[in-house]
Amino acid sequence: MGVEVGEQFELRVTPDRYTTIRYAGASGDFNPIHIDEQFALSVGLPGRILHGLWSMAQVARAATDAAGGDPLALTELSVQFRGMARLEQEIVISGEVQAVSEARARVKLEARQGDTRLIRNAQAELLLR
Amino acid sequence: MSVPSDKVGKRYPPLTYAVGREKIREYAAATGFEHPLHHDLDAAHAAGYADLLAPPMFVVVYCASLFQAALLDPELEIDFAHLVHGGQAFSWQQPVIAGDEITTTLTVKDISERAGLRFDTFETVSVNQRGERTAVGTWSTIIRGEER
Repeated sequence: MGVEVGEQFELRVTPDRYTTIRYAGASGDFNPIHIDEQFALSVGLPGRILHGLWSMAQVARAATDAAGGDPLALTELSVQFRGMARLEQEIVISGEVQAVSEARARVKLEARQGDTRLIRNAQAELLLR
Repeated sequence: MSVPSDKVGKRYPPLTYAVGREKIREYAAATGFEHPLHHDLDAAHAAGYADLLAPPMFVVVYCASLFQAALLDPELEIDFAHLVHGGQAFSWQQPVIAGDEITTTLTVKDISERAGLRFDTFETVSVNQRGERTAVGTWSTIIRGEER
């Protein structure tokens, strides 16, 4: 597979208004700040926010897509969570290949929603085959 | 803010999670992992798997209740009102297939304070029913001090 240093890639995804409901069921994380608008507002949030690990999953998807889509290509991923992500607004995950050895690639990614940086300094290691 | 650093090294009882085929489909659908190996049994069989393949981030499903239990441990004195998930890292080893039973252990790796913030780090190590490692997770939380 032709992964080269400096190559850039991007994944755009817009969570719909039920994304956090489905993710709560799928993941078991029912923290009300993600699923209950009134609760989220009552604790000073601008409304329901996305689960950080859902956003991390989008970064994981962007990384595996860059490796040709093989789900087992991803061998390491680390992220730092920053801003809170809102529903029904586009998220852009951008990445760049930092290093390529014989069978592995190291990529750096980040996730943004408008001016808000959701995930910074994400690092992934991909197995190339 | 309490910083019970004497709890570093504390280990929680292992938790075993049985990976279900429909749970893989549900998780993959909720996160947008559309690869046929997560959805289509024929595709999984054709690729040599006994059942559906879990997406890599499915690790959060089989580790989640252990992590939540640790956060609720009164000995850790976690102030939920000021808790945020600061960072997360995973490394993956053996693939996880529907029908697997994954056993995870969780250890407190660090509790420290810097600039009025408390930083906790937890490590999960997960193995399948054959004792093969499937994933190692590093879960980092930040607790903010009282608002000024």
